[in-house]
Amino acid sequence: MTAALRRHGWSYVFVLPTFSLFVVFTLLPVAQGLVLALQDARVTGGSFIGLANFGTLADDPVFRQAIGNTVLYATVVVAAQVTLALVVASLIQPLGAKSRVFYRALFYLPLVNSAILVAMVWRWIFNPNPFGLANASLGAIGLGPFLWIGSSDQALLAVILSAVLTIPGGGVVLYSAAMGSLPRELYEAADLEGASPFAKWRHITVPLLRPTTLYLVVVYTILAFQVFERVYIMTNGGGPNNATITIVQLIYSTAFQFGRYGLASAMAVVLFLMAMVVAVAQFRSLRTDVEY
Amino acid sequence: MSSTNRLPVHVLLILAGALSLFPLYWLFLTSLSPTQYVVRVPPEVVPRELTIGNYQRLFETTPIVRWLVNTVVIAGVITVFHLLFDSMAGYAFAKRRFPGKDVMFWLVVSTLTVPAQVTLIPVFFILRTLGLLDTYPGVILPGLADVFGVFLMKQFIQTLPTEYEHAARVDGASEWQVYRHIIVPLSRPALAVLAIFTFQRYWNAFIFPLVILRDPAKYPVQVGLATLQGEFNTDYGMLMTGAAIAALPLIAVFFAFQRYFIEGIRIGGVKG
Repeated sequence: MTAALRRHGWSYVFVLPTFSLFVVFTLLPVAQGLVLALQDARVTGGSFIGLANFGTLADDPVFRQAIGNTVLYATVVVAAQVTLALVVASLIQPLGAKSRVFYRALFYLPLVNSAILVAMVWRWIFNPNPFGLANASLGAIGLGPFLWIGSSDQALLAVILSAVLTIPGGGVVLYSAAMGSLPRELYEAADLEGASPFAKWRHITVPLLRPTTLYLVVVYTILAFQVFERVYIMTNGGGPNNATITIVQLIYSTAFQFGRYGLASAMAVVLFLMAMVVAVAQFRSLRTDVEY
Repeated sequence: MSSTNRLPVHVLLILAGALSLFPLYWLFLTSLSPTQYVVRVPPEVVPRELTIGNYQRLFETTPIVRWLVNTVVIAGVITVFHLLFDSMAGYAFAKRRFPGKDVMFWLVVSTLTVPAQVTLIPVFFILRTLGLLDTYPGVILPGLADVFGVFLMKQFIQTLPTEYEHAARVDGASEWQVYRHIIVPLSRPALAVLAIFTFQRYWNAFIFPLVILRDPAKYPVQVGLATLQGEFNTDYGMLMTGAAIAALPLIAVFFAFQRYFIEGIRIGGVKG
């Protein structure tokens, strides 16, 4: 009995440093975030106002713009990232082991750096001046110059392009690892029937990779919903006429520039629900997944 | 596939890689270009003249060194504590039985899909209550609360054979000694992955330090650099130089420990 107690005691010693930090800085904040969303919390204090913040948000054109921009950004960027990762990993797969290692590293290297640094370079590339690289390149084929991040029509396009023009190295590595463990039998059967390499890719590889595809869609979507640094850096936090305002950018400015913590917390709850919907959708489609 | 069909594939992949790496190249090139070339029309993709003038100007006119030291301290301290605490908790969750374990683990799991921004405002309030706003502990403590490392370590430690632990206990080792002399050495590959991921994550952290710190002398380098950006006028030569300096350490770490990065994605999934 005492020996058992002693061993349990040690278990708590092992778990408690992490768990207590987790309770104070993650679990309680999540709960408090939900409570704040129901309050008129400002710098000076606040009172309980029920769901009024959500009503305010529903009527707020800037918040609706932020949702629209975030969803548009996420849709385009995630579709591009997952497609690019799948195509690049498929191209790498038949090459030798050495080439695979080389290319995985090549495509991962650009992702080592922070979103801030990357966004700073893209701001520089998409700046509206003729010496901006995007304008100079398009100018060489007779297009532009464009205002890019200086224009309410093109700023979001510039932000989206900056995300799309990077090969998603993490996705490449995951697809590449998943492809290495696909069963050979189906391919051998297809070979006997004389299937073309493209037909095998289309009808065997892509369907078998479905779990990886779903995982990547969910993770990339949740990450894309949280887009902040790109917008903050490339377009000074929202762009002309809020052209690039996103949910997290609006949470940041509402809370820390305007001191409306309750309203900003309600936005965070909306963001949380959006992430939940995506995650639940994944679990459902995984459960109905066809077994091969 | 014969090597003749492979050539176009290699060409395509190299081009895609070059496109991906181009912003990084442009960053370093701009940082090494004389000011008059930075705003040249058309910009030159292959440099005609290189200079370290931007670097001299950056070091003379900004607290970049201080910012780098801050970043090393913040990311370093967070990494060291994550290695210790996450391996301890990972071991307990993977190998030990104790009352409350399932509830604790379920709570940890349930917050995994919560976007970090949801906790941003409450954490700001908690730090204000604790008097930790605008302090290093205020940036470091919330950084210790993310649970990715606990999962990583639990998953890895689960795969370790139990015989060594039993043998050590039979030999009279204490529970701490079992952790310290059996679990930790066997967990080295996972600890390496965890160290690299944590350091990278907090080297690159932005929104939390931006919100928590007020004093520019305490800024980590990412936040400091963002203040060099003017709304209308930005000295891109100097900005790109700061970005280059902030990028170099992680690029060096990547080349030194490349396989752990790749391994980390396979074990831990995509973290951004």
